[in-house]
Amino acid sequence: MHSHIFSNYPPKDKSNLISLLQEVQNIYGYLPESALMDISEFLDMPLSRIYGVATFYNQFRLKPLGKNIIRVCRGTACHVKGSANLLFALETALNCKAGETTRDKNFTLEVVACIGACSIAPVIVVNDDYYGRATVKDIPKILKKYTASEVDTEKIEEQTTSEQ
Amino acid sequence: MVQLTINNIKVNAEEGMTILDAAKSVGIHVPTLCHLKNLTPTGACRICVVEVEGQRGLIPSCAYPVYEGMVVETNSPRVRKARKTIVELLVENHPQDCLVCVRNKNCELQDLSEQYGVREHRYKGETKKHAIDVSSSALERDPAKCILCGRCVRVCNEVQKVGAIDFTKRGFSSIVTTPYNKGINVSDCILCGQCILVCPTAALREKSALKEVAYALNDKSKFTVAQVAPAVRASLGEEYNFPVGTNVTGQLVTGLKRLGFDRVFDTNFAADLTIMEEGTELVDRIKNKKKLPMFTSCCPGWIKYIEQNRPQMLEHISTCKSPHEMLGAVTKTYYAKKMGLDPKDIFVVSIMPCTVKKFESDRSELNEALRQDVDAVLTTRELVRYFKMAGIDFSDLPEDKFDNPLGESTGAAAIFGTSGGVMEAALRTAYHILTGSELEKLEFEDIRGLQGIKETSVKIGDLELNIAVVNGIGNVAPILDEIQKGESKYDFIEVMSCPGGCINGGGQPIHNKPEKVQKRIKVLYEIDSQMVCRKSHENDAVKTIYKEFFKEPNSHKAHEILHTTYTDRKELLKNSVG
Repeated sequence: MHSHIFSNYPPKDKSNLISLLQEVQNIYGYLPESALMDISEFLDMPLSRIYGVATFYNQFRLKPLGKNIIRVCRGTACHVKGSANLLFALETALNCKAGETTRDKNFTLEVVACIGACSIAPVIVVNDDYYGRATVKDIPKILKKYTASEVDTEKIEEQTTSEQ
Repeated sequence: MVQLTINNIKVNAEEGMTILDAAKSVGIHVPTLCHLKNLTPTGACRICVVEVEGQRGLIPSCAYPVYEGMVVETNSPRVRKARKTIVELLVENHPQDCLVCVRNKNCELQDLSEQYGVREHRYKGETKKHAIDVSSSALERDPAKCILCGRCVRVCNEVQKVGAIDFTKRGFSSIVTTPYNKGINVSDCILCGQCILVCPTAALREKSALKEVAYALNDKSKFTVAQVAPAVRASLGEEYNFPVGTNVTGQLVTGLKRLGFDRVFDTNFAADLTIMEEGTELVDRIKNKKKLPMFTSCCPGWIKYIEQNRPQMLEHISTCKSPHEMLGAVTKTYYAKKMGLDPKDIFVVSIMPCTVKKFESDRSELNEALRQDVDAVLTTRELVRYFKMAGIDFSDLPEDKFDNPLGESTGAAAIFGTSGGVMEAALRTAYHILTGSELEKLEFEDIRGLQGIKETSVKIGDLELNIAVVNGIGNVAPILDEIQKGESKYDFIEVMSCPGGCINGGGQPIHNKPEKVQKRIKVLYEIDSQMVCRKSHENDAVKTIYKEFFKEPNSHKAHEILHTTYTDRKELLKNSVG
């Protein structure tokens, strides 16, 4: 099934496992179970070993990403400024834990160690948009931007540009 | 040769030897947890740390080679303190339920905790929480009790080459589990139970059938039948402090009768029956140019392996049921008829050295018309637990004999419990079937012993039979590759999943001393050599059953009752993708 990926690699060469996993993730955005099974057959390696490697490294994900990625900074400065509350509020609002994706696959919630924007702590990043000095109160507004229908989104975008 | 000093004792060690082995060679004991002899050292648990002069940190002796002039201290206060801390940390992240644990008093963590004088909880903190995997009918996994030593992972990957479990995730979330943490029943696991034999705690254990058995024994409407595999009688004594390698057949039979079994039969009877069927099948395959080589089918772990990995080769497997399934089937047909019993009322319990027999007895292929051939399987360990519960102590138990007619057996059946035994027994009878005469020398030394693959060729009349014996499922893949390429020279191949055969099965008493296996094997060969009848076709009870019931080996009726079919499990497993 995934033979187009394997064509660049010699079969049964176990040293290529990580490169293969990376290629698969580049294509799908995550590692589908069927791909891991195909790799297992291609490299003649137990599925358990491949799953072990895939769960060991943070770079690999086993579930598809949501449409929007929310990253909550949990670095020292943000922590002091109350980012734990932000994370808790987001988990409650989205009904999913850090590292998970919402059921409607609209959001993936992630935690990052330090985003390098300590001057505006605490920081939330949605896709490429930075929200500095964020408060729990801001969260519904921020989420709404990314959940509204397309027409609404456009309007919000217009508003934000005119505000700037 | 390298000279070093361990605890002020001069030691001559071979180059490349580990500190641990060097210390052992002069009788210095260094504790280990993750270490397994002959397998990749990982140095994961750090319990074997020692102090080496000139080295800053403590060194894991299981993974560190000796060098000339090395000065080692294995029991300094610093070493003891480090070991104690390691044990304390392990204990703190372990459920403190020794009193109700199946491995109570047979647990390496418990032993170390005692040995290093752990008397208080110094490191209270978060403990890991994991659900118990009860998905399979043979094995249970309790990852909360796992101390991540990785012995099961190495046995599964390096010895058995199955690779059903591995380390997953990292740090505090680390867990040894199956892919996607799915149940073991939908993994590549063949349920051989070798992981149980090496697990230092109760993280891996068999799924107990004691309740079912106790319930049946208390049910007066049930006619209860026990049968005992050959390997059990050679190992059970160990649990009662008999010297390793004591044959306790007589006590075993008495014990089972005292538990309340109406009849105690011998799986060895069915082993002889298996040989009659399998030997005849082999001769038929050779004479009529059917699929060869033929594989033995006694080992359900092997069957599960080939069903999961090479279903296209299932035609090579003998269609014979395994001996205990045959005995169950015969009890519920031939014996039931003879005694005027309703098969529905008969409850057959197999006492097996094996965990995967539990899975086998649940197979739908072996449950004809809603009637299971075997109703419950107990491992050797479970039986000992039951004996203890019932207050049966082997040390002052008189000996008794198996009930007839399904208790009669030959020497050929006894050696079924060890690698090469089925083959040797089959050859003794195949020779008779093909030539009408008897072998002069019954022992086939070439296929005895603990090597991974053993082979021999036997001249029977003008026929040259090429034989292989695969000892341990980890050695089978190259042979299967050869056959698939059409390059195999063999006619008949025996495969046993567990290294050493059933005698070292996953249901046997837990030991960790490879030399024990040799002594257990010796018991079976002794039983064989002391028998008057040493060939399956000489078993009078087997002769009678053919005369009265089956007519002849591989007859229509024999096929119905003593043979089975197999399932492509590769597809089944693939479809479990969720």
